Amino acid sequence: MAYKTIVGLEIHVELLTKTKMFCHCKNEFGGDANTHCCPICLGLPGALPKLNKEALEYGIKAGLALNCQIADRVKMDRKHYFYPDLTKGYQISQDDNPLCSKGYLEIESEEGPKKIGIQRIHIEEDTGKSIHTEAGDTLVDYNRAGVPLIEIVTAPDINSGEEARMFLENLKNTLKYIEVSDCKMEEGSLRCDVNINVVDTETGKRTNITELKNLNSFKAVATAIEYEENRHISLLKEGKNTIKETRRWNDVENVTVAMRGKGTTDNYRYAVDVDIPPVTIKEAWIDEIRANLPELPHAKKERFMREYDLPEYDAGVLTQSKELSIFFEETVKLCDDAKQVSNWIMGDVLRRLNDEGIEVGDLKFGPEDLAALLKLINDDKISNNIGKKVLREMFETGKKPEDIVKEKGWIQISDEDELKQIVGKVLEENQQSVIDYKNGKDRALGFIIGQVMKATRGKANPQIVNKLVLEAIEEK
Amino acid sequence: MDITRLTAEEIREKIEKKEVSALEVTRAHLDRIREIDGDLNAFITITEEEALEAAKRVDQKVKNGEKLGKLAGIPVGVKDNIVTKAIRTTAGSKMLENFIPPYDATVIKRIKEEDGIILGKTNLDEFAGSYSTESSYFGPTKNPIDKERVPGGSSGGSTAAVRAHEVALALGSDTGGSNRQPASYCGIVGIKPSYGLVSRYGLIPLSNSLDVVGTFGRNVKDATLLLDVIAGSDINDPSAMEVERVNYLESLQADIKGMRIALPGEYMNMPMDSRVKEKVLEAARLFEKLGAKVEEVSLPHAKYAWATYYLIVVSEISSAMAKYGGVGYGYRTEDYETLDELYIKSRTEGLGEEIKRSIMAGTYILSSQEGKKYYEKAFRVRALIKEDFDRVFETYDVILSPTTPNLPFKLGESVKNPTEMYGSGIFNIPANVAGLCAISVPCGYADGLPVGLQIMGDRFKEINILKAAYAFEAELSLGGEHSGI
Repeated sequence: MAYKTIVGLEIHVELLTKTKMFCHCKNEFGGDANTHCCPICLGLPGALPKLNKEALEYGIKAGLALNCQIADRVKMDRKHYFYPDLTKGYQISQDDNPLCSKGYLEIESEEGPKKIGIQRIHIEEDTGKSIHTEAGDTLVDYNRAGVPLIEIVTAPDINSGEEARMFLENLKNTLKYIEVSDCKMEEGSLRCDVNINVVDTETGKRTNITELKNLNSFKAVATAIEYEENRHISLLKEGKNTIKETRRWNDVENVTVAMRGKGTTDNYRYAVDVDIPPVTIKEAWIDEIRANLPELPHAKKERFMREYDLPEYDAGVLTQSKELSIFFEETVKLCDDAKQVSNWIMGDVLRRLNDEGIEVGDLKFGPEDLAALLKLINDDKISNNIGKKVLREMFETGKKPEDIVKEKGWIQISDEDELKQIVGKVLEENQQSVIDYKNGKDRALGFIIGQVMKATRGKANPQIVNKLVLEAIEEK
Repeated sequence: MDITRLTAEEIREKIEKKEVSALEVTRAHLDRIREIDGDLNAFITITEEEALEAAKRVDQKVKNGEKLGKLAGIPVGVKDNIVTKAIRTTAGSKMLENFIPPYDATVIKRIKEEDGIILGKTNLDEFAGSYSTESSYFGPTKNPIDKERVPGGSSGGSTAAVRAHEVALALGSDTGGSNRQPASYCGIVGIKPSYGLVSRYGLIPLSNSLDVVGTFGRNVKDATLLLDVIAGSDINDPSAMEVERVNYLESLQADIKGMRIALPGEYMNMPMDSRVKEKVLEAARLFEKLGAKVEEVSLPHAKYAWATYYLIVVSEISSAMAKYGGVGYGYRTEDYETLDELYIKSRTEGLGEEIKRSIMAGTYILSSQEGKKYYEKAFRVRALIKEDFDRVFETYDVILSPTTPNLPFKLGESVKNPTEMYGSGIFNIPANVAGLCAISVPCGYADGLPVGLQIMGDRFKEINILKAAYAFEAELSLGGEHSGI
């Protein structure tokens, strides 16, 4: 039997506007509880919201970057429900006329490029945050209340956990490129819910849709989808079906657990928020925003291939984050050899970043330092291997490569007279190896060169050593 | 001289001329409140200390020869659904019995800037949601003209206070007649400005697309003075239009020769007290005498106004009341185990019957398929009602009607017959539904009870209704019944 998994995502992304969506309070993560609040975001009786134009602009930016149509008129609606972190008994959101619709984002699926449809993007306000204490009390911090969000709803075009993960990576990358959000799942500035069901492609039988919540990482999204698709398939195999419900991902046990009672349908009593007059979005404004959009990941990748003659794989890796791509280009500006820069970044730099789980922005050194390091190598001041040691020092201390080389005494020895003496001494001490080499054991040459390098603590210029050793053996 | 008998205009003049001090004026009115308000119950909170301080500041200004604000030393009452910084604002509800706002409404800021003296917060129907001031958690207000009768509502505390000379001016709010009906019942002047003329920032909402802040005075000039102070655009209220600050007072004049006045047939044929009808027809004749042209017109959708209004108002009430759950502020039940219980019990115990009735109806409308259909239809009919008025205002400057179809009813009567009470707003709601301006001005007494004349004008054409009312007031002689309280 064949099964097809159908997944749609609902992603909430906090926008990096300076102030909140309807008031002048700072939009900032952290801060002492309830210090970024005013009568408006606290929803006090009589206070009125004022739509922040920047939030609208960021929403339009996201829509354009995700190939959406932008609405020509925006109204805000009230979505009613009761919860302590919701200050007004309703959330100001958009119901039937979202800001953006009918877009897509491309991913590289196993079968090649695939467009994932974006049904809609609407703007809305975030809620406060409930904090459950050990004593059993619930406290609420309203600093987050009124922070602008976009909710992105995809079409059910995703067919696996891996595709979902790739989509989210691409989405995060795109939104960070256009600087509308920092997309930090751990700080809650990107949150993702999953809707999933499975269809038996032979019988056409479908399972009921399950909604998954509490997904704290892209990996959790992928794993939870895989868990759910297995659960749905085994039920289908038993001739059973799932119930339409919301399940919570338990990331300790790696299972999903039923969250809300079955059969309850939400009724949000949507109504127009008449406190916020509708806004007409002029074509000229959209054009202006479009014109000012930065280069998006896909375009940048193509340009890297063209301009720097990089393989597609390299260009893809280097453009996976905006910071990384900038780091690359800045380095290339200072030292020309793009392929060399790419190799260093994709090799030692990225490996170290991944190992430590940090981002380019956390590095203690800048592109000018990496360029200086490469120049030391290219000028034969240090060897490639010493270069790697220098880079490790740069990661640790952030010191300039020139200073590290000087402090450690790692300047390469290229002086032939000096090296000749060392080579002579090594050959004296390893006569058997010389004989072995002459008898056709090529490996012996490597040993001899290694001994010379050891004697110079790695500082000898390997090419020169190679030449000198061969000459010296010839002479014997 | 009894200071409390002075008009707002006279008070300011005498203070400027140093004939009387702001402190004396304030004390005289506070004394009057102390003397009669125990019985009348027009005030929920009296802000004696703040008022005396404010009065001293005005006197200091007089002493220093500084420029005085437009309301210098004039005692003002504020309906208790308008928030005042550091002074509790209850909206007449147990829910907000101890709510102390951290900010001033825009209208309050403007009154303070113009040196007005706020004497306290006046009684109202809970959240301004009815027509008699009897649904206040703080007990009913009596009508100063006949203490067995209601002062009308929901701004009954403000109108009673002005009529009883406890204050010279007062603020009210009007969602479906709450400024005009009680002004009529108390025999004073009440202005309901066009939607968007006055900032709603700090007005605790009942129905956001209908609510407006309005003013009261014992004559047209006084009520206009306060309107001049509070009107004009406000960055804190995006639904307030870009209307510059106004100065209607300067343009007031008694000459209305050639004014075109409409008398809607549909209104005059609605069931009403014959004594009311008679007074309104007399008023129409007086306007003709003043040189205005009075003609009958038709407002074909008038009969749908009530249903349209009701659907919109209860839906918006159910939404506006959603924030009261006993979490961040306001009444919280003592006894709850779960979150649901916290909400249900706090709302059940903290809100009154009248408001809960509206919440029930509004929640039904917004949550059911059927309800949504009605709701959407109401919006379409609202547009038709607006068109009716647009058509009339192409030819006419103002529209005349009774303010209410009846005379002030007795306390307790509305509980027996709520529909009749709702009916008392029948001539008022169209102005809210269409966003128009309107004024209620006394037009006589029937068996000792006041009758109000409603004059409606096109949106932002306040000057027309004010001129008409001013000319009418100047010409009409109301006699002893009007002043004898």
